[in-house]
Amino acid sequence: MKFGTEIVVLSLFAFAALVAAGFGVEGPFRQHMGVLFFAVAGFTAILLRNTDFKPAAPIDTSAYMDGPIRYGAIATVFWGVVGMLVGVIIALQLAYPHLNIQPWFNFGRLRPLHTSGVVFAFGGNALLCTSLYVVQRTCRARLFGGKLAWFVFWGYQLFIVMAATGYLLGITEAREYAEPEWYVDLWLTIVWVAYLILFLGTILKRKEPHIYVANWFYLSFIVTIAMLHVVNNLSMPASFLGSKSYSAFSGVQDALTQWWYGHNAVGFFLTAGFLGMMYYFVPKQANRPVYSYRLSIVHFWAIIFLYIWAGPHHLHYTALPDWAQTLGMAFSIMLWMPSWGGMINGLMTLSGAWDKLRTDPIIRMMVMAVAFYGMSTFEGPIMSIKTVNSLSHYTDWTIGHVHSGALGWVGMISFGAIYYMVPKLWNRERLYSLRLVTWHFWLATLGIVVYAAVMWVSGIMQGLMWREYDEQGFLVYSFAETVAAMHPFYVMRAIGGAMYLTGALLMAWNVTMTILGHQREEQPMPGSEPALRPAE
Amino acid sequence: MSSEHIDEVSGISTTGHEWDGIRELNNPLPRWWVITFYITVAWAVAYTIAYPAWPMLSSATKGVLGYSSRNAVKIELAAAEAAKGKYVAAIQQKTVSEIAADDALREFAVAAGGATFKVNCVQCHGSGAQGSKGFPNLNDDDWLWGGTTEQIQQTIAHGIRFASDPDTRQSEMPPFGDIITPEQIAQVGAYVASLSGKVQDASLIEPGAKVFAENCVACHGDNAKGNKELGAPNLTDAIWLYAPGETAIAVQVRAPKHGVMPAWIGRLGETKVKELAVYVHSLGGGE
Repeated sequence: MKFGTEIVVLSLFAFAALVAAGFGVEGPFRQHMGVLFFAVAGFTAILLRNTDFKPAAPIDTSAYMDGPIRYGAIATVFWGVVGMLVGVIIALQLAYPHLNIQPWFNFGRLRPLHTSGVVFAFGGNALLCTSLYVVQRTCRARLFGGKLAWFVFWGYQLFIVMAATGYLLGITEAREYAEPEWYVDLWLTIVWVAYLILFLGTILKRKEPHIYVANWFYLSFIVTIAMLHVVNNLSMPASFLGSKSYSAFSGVQDALTQWWYGHNAVGFFLTAGFLGMMYYFVPKQANRPVYSYRLSIVHFWAIIFLYIWAGPHHLHYTALPDWAQTLGMAFSIMLWMPSWGGMINGLMTLSGAWDKLRTDPIIRMMVMAVAFYGMSTFEGPIMSIKTVNSLSHYTDWTIGHVHSGALGWVGMISFGAIYYMVPKLWNRERLYSLRLVTWHFWLATLGIVVYAAVMWVSGIMQGLMWREYDEQGFLVYSFAETVAAMHPFYVMRAIGGAMYLTGALLMAWNVTMTILGHQREEQPMPGSEPALRPAE
Repeated sequence: MSSEHIDEVSGISTTGHEWDGIRELNNPLPRWWVITFYITVAWAVAYTIAYPAWPMLSSATKGVLGYSSRNAVKIELAAAEAAKGKYVAAIQQKTVSEIAADDALREFAVAAGGATFKVNCVQCHGSGAQGSKGFPNLNDDDWLWGGTTEQIQQTIAHGIRFASDPDTRQSEMPPFGDIITPEQIAQVGAYVASLSGKVQDASLIEPGAKVFAENCVACHGDNAKGNKELGAPNLTDAIWLYAPGETAIAVQVRAPKHGVMPAWIGRLGETKVKELAVYVHSLGGGE
């Protein structure tokens, strides 16, 4: 029977959720379990409608398994739009506090929805689907484990839904970028271990003698995130039928664990994972060899070794002992060149293909991504210097830094990968419209420039206002005055974010039309065909 | 797939591997990259020798510069305290009038009081001391409890209607909804409003004056100029704590709101309260 086991297991799962919804010790937990019940029961109903008592048709196991990747590409675009939309909303909430709608849609609950939405839902799905796409093609092997990839994909979507609805219900561990409570954490652990098995299993059955560099980066991302997630979320639930849990760590140790996790979520999720993406899609799209094999090895191991120690720079001038702050800063400075190794390899791969910048907006997008990667991995070490940090810490400068990395690097390289993959995954000759990609490129690039520049100005202004003393040695500004001074910048930031979101909406349209099999009739990109010349 | 291969565009050999059509060139590490990396490593080593860095069995290396962030803050704070020391000592000994009369001391106290105000007072009185509904504007010369430096000091130190301070300023306008008729309330509202502006129904003014004379003069005075001893507001100016107009006045007469200000002496101490009093007095309306 088609889906037989799945339907039985999911029905039991839904029943367990219903029981938990009935017997939970507090309201939010019962509501959250209600959400889980409807999500799982709804999914079961879909499977029931598609089940079939005839034996399933045999699967061609010689071909690549691209089903979960197609779903992953759609999920990437969908969650990207959702996460960026919430980002624009909370940017507007900061500028216009009346937009806070209590209690579900206030800033405190929407902010983790935005961060998790773009990092884990958008970025996570992008990494998930590209890693499975890349590992099969560079290993010349079908995904390991039969239906395991489907479990990983849907299990991860369930994690996203549970995390997002939990935030709106006010269920949070209050650990930045790791807000979901213990039961959602446990579920993610199961899904993530399955992902690791899926990825490693595929590498083990590869038909290529060597493992391609993109797979090193993807594997380091999967392994390290597993470790970070488990250690950071070590906690004791107050009740097995309640949402509250208590961290295994306390005080400054808890803070350091949190930032060891938080910084390496940036390092291994948003850097190493997306470098894996870059190492496959840039050479493919440019049709050029990777610039330097040696550089890829050296900078890979240097990043892996150095990144993990840099977390304490998030806790400069706090209760964290001085020695840990010193080491955090020293490792951050040493991280500069290893990070730039990826930028060099990405940009130099284009040598011999720079002319494509004029004709191929997808390459343009990837180059802009690598450029922003270089910019933010230079800005990061600068901001980790204690003297600089004493000005930048807690200000909007940090927000600007994160977004030049997130919008510029993570977003742009993911868009490039999606534009590359989608026509191939659905066997389309080309994208619906390359002109729309150009529009997306310019909207996104200008949006980031507005966003980052505005946050530099407002962040540095904020830091300077906070530390402004008069001749007598007294603070000049009240906190409310510094907030009032930032209002125009908050408005401009929301505009930059809205431009970026508009670009993502164009992508969603373009990808949808491509999947539906349409091709827009349009002028070819200038220079893509030799101009007609009069006969001589 | 492993085979010797030379890239045609760059003329550089590849590693011979190929994955899904991707090859890798055999380029060396960029020299500037290696050198910069070594410089950052050397710098990091030097930095960790200079500053507290390497964890040992029971404590960490102290660093040859002997730096400690706690110590650095201590030194900075001590220097700041020392710079303020002579002013603070003088403020402790003198009365607020004496402080206000001394140019150097007044300048210091205004700066210090301003800083304290920004942390403690702006939440109700606004960052420009402009007040808001129910919270008096401190820039004008309309004082509920008196605008001399001493009176302001007393108000800040002990608060208004702050139950846990025995010296707090205390007054309570009774709810006249229990004492006079709704009609009389409307009349007195119109009369009071007429003292500083126009009213909609001028026929109410005259009977209102009578109601006022019978019920209100004890606290607000014959001429409605108020009484600062009792915290009774002056009703002849156009400054209103809650809202202007006869309707709003009638609402306040029927069931008066009584604002509370905390006593700050326990939280801020004598010196800071004195500085605050001088600062508030300096805002423009001090008497």
